[in-house]
Amino acid sequence: MKRRLPSMTAALVVVAAMATLPLWLANTYYINVASQILFWAIFALGLNVLVGYAGLTSLGHAALFAMSGYTAAIVVTAGGAHLLGAVAAIAMTVATAAVFAVLALRATGIGFLMITLALGQIVWGIAYRWAALTNGDNGINFKTRPQPFGIDLTSAPAFYYAVLLVFLTAVMTMAVFVRSPLGAAVRGTRDQPRRMTALGYNVWLVRFAAFLLSGFWTAVAGLLFLYYNQFISPQVAALQTSAEALLMVISGGTATILGPIAGAAIVVVMKTVVSAYVERWNMVLGIIFVLIISFMPDGLVPGISRLVRSMWPQRRSNVTGERAAKAASEARP
Amino acid sequence: MTIQRRTMLKGLAAAGVAGAAAPFEMAAPALAQGAPFKIGLMTVKTGPLAQGGIQMEQGLLTFLKEKNNTLAGRKVELVVADTGGNPAGAKTKAQELVEREKVNVILGPLAAFELLAITDYILQTKTPLVAVAAAEDVTQRKANPYIIRPTTTSAQCCHVMADYALKELKFRRAATISEDFAFGHEQMGGFQRVFEEGGGKVVKKLWPPLVTPDYTPFIAQIGNVDVVFSGFAGSNPVKFMRAYADLGLHGKTPLMGGWTFLDDALLKSLGDEALGVLSGATYSATYESESNKRFVAAMQKDYSSLPGGYASGMYIGGMCVESALALAGDKSSDGTAFAEVLHKIKMEDTPRGPFTIDHLGNAVGAVFVRRCERKDGQLVNTVIKTYPNVSQFWTYPEDEFLKSPVYTRDFPVSKNLEN
Amino acid sequence: MNLWLVLAINSVTLGGLLFLLSAGFSLIFGLMRIPNLMHGSFFMLGAYMGSAFLKQGLGFWPAALASAIGMAVLGGLVERLLLRRLAGQELAQVLLTLGMSFIIADACLMIWTGDPIQPATPPDLRGAVTTAGLVFPIYRIAIVGVAVAMAVALWLLIDRTRIGAMIRAGVDDAPIARVVGIKVSQLFTLVFCLGAALAAFAGVVGSPYLSIYPGLDAEMLPLALIVVILGGAGSLLGALLGSFIIGFLYNFGQALFPDLAYVILFVPMVLVLVLRPQGLFGRAAL
Repeated sequence: MKRRLPSMTAALVVVAAMATLPLWLANTYYINVASQILFWAIFALGLNVLVGYAGLTSLGHAALFAMSGYTAAIVVTAGGAHLLGAVAAIAMTVATAAVFAVLALRATGIGFLMITLALGQIVWGIAYRWAALTNGDNGINFKTRPQPFGIDLTSAPAFYYAVLLVFLTAVMTMAVFVRSPLGAAVRGTRDQPRRMTALGYNVWLVRFAAFLLSGFWTAVAGLLFLYYNQFISPQVAALQTSAEALLMVISGGTATILGPIAGAAIVVVMKTVVSAYVERWNMVLGIIFVLIISFMPDGLVPGISRLVRSMWPQRRSNVTGERAAKAASEARP
Repeated sequence: MTIQRRTMLKGLAAAGVAGAAAPFEMAAPALAQGAPFKIGLMTVKTGPLAQGGIQMEQGLLTFLKEKNNTLAGRKVELVVADTGGNPAGAKTKAQELVEREKVNVILGPLAAFELLAITDYILQTKTPLVAVAAAEDVTQRKANPYIIRPTTTSAQCCHVMADYALKELKFRRAATISEDFAFGHEQMGGFQRVFEEGGGKVVKKLWPPLVTPDYTPFIAQIGNVDVVFSGFAGSNPVKFMRAYADLGLHGKTPLMGGWTFLDDALLKSLGDEALGVLSGATYSATYESESNKRFVAAMQKDYSSLPGGYASGMYIGGMCVESALALAGDKSSDGTAFAEVLHKIKMEDTPRGPFTIDHLGNAVGAVFVRRCERKDGQLVNTVIKTYPNVSQFWTYPEDEFLKSPVYTRDFPVSKNLEN
Repeated sequence: MNLWLVLAINSVTLGGLLFLLSAGFSLIFGLMRIPNLMHGSFFMLGAYMGSAFLKQGLGFWPAALASAIGMAVLGGLVERLLLRRLAGQELAQVLLTLGMSFIIADACLMIWTGDPIQPATPPDLRGAVTTAGLVFPIYRIAIVGVAVAMAVALWLLIDRTRIGAMIRAGVDDAPIARVVGIKVSQLFTLVFCLGAALAAFAGVVGSPYLSIYPGLDAEMLPLALIVVILGGAGSLLGALLGSFIIGFLYNFGQALFPDLAYVILFVPMVLVLVLRPQGLFGRAAL
């Protein structure tokens, strides 16, 4: 509990740094990269609710992400207002998430992964082939960004602040979720589903709720993706996108709040910045993925903090040191 | 505790960003003539469209090497960006080139859907762009004053092929088959319009998806026609022609197509199934001009590959930039002025021959009808007829052409379809 | 040309190819309990390696065999060096295969560039069968023959040999198999090599009509997934039947309902996963 105060200070410093980012990153390109990191991080945080806290690995989340973008794009292109588009997008995506959940929650583990993968492929197939609805491979051009409360979001800093606001809300929601009884129940269904049932919890319902929460934030991220790119096409729904989102969660560290954010930063920086210098960035991404899974299975954030702790064990209580050592030895077969 | 780590990570991310920002440029000694003119190439080096994208880069590198990285007396610097062949990637890379690299002109991108995804952004940021992607409206109904296209619109060559099929070959019944995206729709639309207005009938229109492992289910539907007209792109023509031959249609029902259908760069991947196939293109590797001989020889030497439309498109794009640099002089760094000048260039000796740019930004020049033949054991596209001075509007008056909607899957309306 | 007949014959030939692709996938899934998400990459890399052997002057079938052997070695390395580290952590193993698929795809692009390669049809199998105005390539019919021969060979291996009996035991109940003294971990390596080799062989066999190009991996992987989900992991008969079902769904779906072609493919997969997770013909629960 004593540590709460310095961490609050640190949080304020970070938020202040993020809030002033457009001032010290003069180049709009980097402000845009920061915006991308933030909305991908929201996606990763949403996915992490399932992957990390509920222990259910979804390989179909790109479908939900794209569903949100497509719904808004179709509604607005058909003449609907931005607000209507956004509400429809989130409602539609959460509804789809509910359908996904009903089907996929009949299994866990690999079965869950396969069902979500197949469901994702169905949505991708519709985006790709049902040209009358989705414009097929041509994608949909989204003319203008919305103007919430009359604020123009065309410029990079304005858009960045809007995304930052949503991002901070997402992070706070996650922090609340993790500490809430629901969060505890979700973790319980991951670690001890039988005991949870014995304790009177409806395991299925808890997982269902986690899926909806995950779907909601995925929808929000999908909307921001659409507003940012002002364009959506079937690639967004493809397996590759699901895999990249999963990479963000896993590389950063599942079941943490910082992990998915760090993971999103790594992947986005790889894709946008590093790809300008390294031609084989796809391979580098793959190698990072394989290395993290092989050698740091709990991800970078827990992995690095474990390393730090094991290097300076005297700074932490013995209990933590032992735990770190145990975790480190478990990581090796 | 958890939050402190974020501080560190932010710091790392910022450091990473700063480190990555170090300039990447062609090693060239700076001359005392001011800042180099920066060219950004948007291409595709990963994924299914990489074949054309790699050719684009080779074409432009060949040109810059020939010119020793100096165009119209000004040092140029090239920044290459890989879009990954998808629209979102194209947008990100356009931002990188414009906002971070501050390029003076963009060459590329490859695919119509990529160009459509960035055209508004190009207009917003006033960045001149020399396109190879064929999206019609970029130089038509939604003409973008910052874009010129020294190659061809989607339909420009297909209008010609329809005319050739009707008048020279006396074909009357045709089936069309192409990928189900903008480039395919626009090509097939152009063919259908000219073919049907000239008395022919398009009795079947087939739209396989961009990614189709096996074309047999589509080829089986073609039915009884005089000619099959196709607009496949990327590596798809290779698969399609083999399946077409496998089903016994090669030599029975003639195949014709647009420029990507039998691009010169594809010849090395093809065999007998390509013999006799006709294609319409604004470029032919066999074209006899000084610059083309130099270009083909250099491509053979440096990359041991025969250049096709993508490579030549970028070589010619480089020539356009050179001409515009000479015309614009001191105003070259002003995007709007440079784009205006790009519209005024008149090219004489280029690998595709002479051409001009119309007021909407598209090239007016020759279109070659080519037949694939075997010469000394090698497949070649032999030019059998040249249509000079073809504009993007074919023979239609411009205002009339622009009044009708852009070609889509359903326009022109098909009245002659049979089951 | 009779559309229905061509579609039907083509469905069968695609089914044959799909069986070659998914038999190995099914064995790996059955024994190791993981969908190998680099199976499409094995198919593509195998096809590329086969084309390289062909270029060196090897005959078609020797090239296919050489490619299969090469891939078996590679598969063995992946299993021994990477998957083995994560023994027991099935999710991590799946994700590892996903990461490997990125690496293989990019390596192929680096080595073979983006140019499509289409190897020539083996000389003895060129030409076409013509009956009742219908033309159909001999080679594609031959693929069905190869698939059936392979099915018989695999069945003999699994059903009639000691190794096969061990694999069956491992598929049915790995812990019990361990208890009775079967070295399941060695079986894992063996099956992984076999699966990789089969995928590579399928890649070479398929290459004269599919051609080889970047992205082929991503096209084939979902097909293998559906086949094995339908047929049931670890069941060869299931893989065979699943292959033909998907062959028909794919061909008729593309021709008759192009807008929903992929929905038609994946809906059966979801239904089976949800309603009968062991697959139509599988025994072991997933």
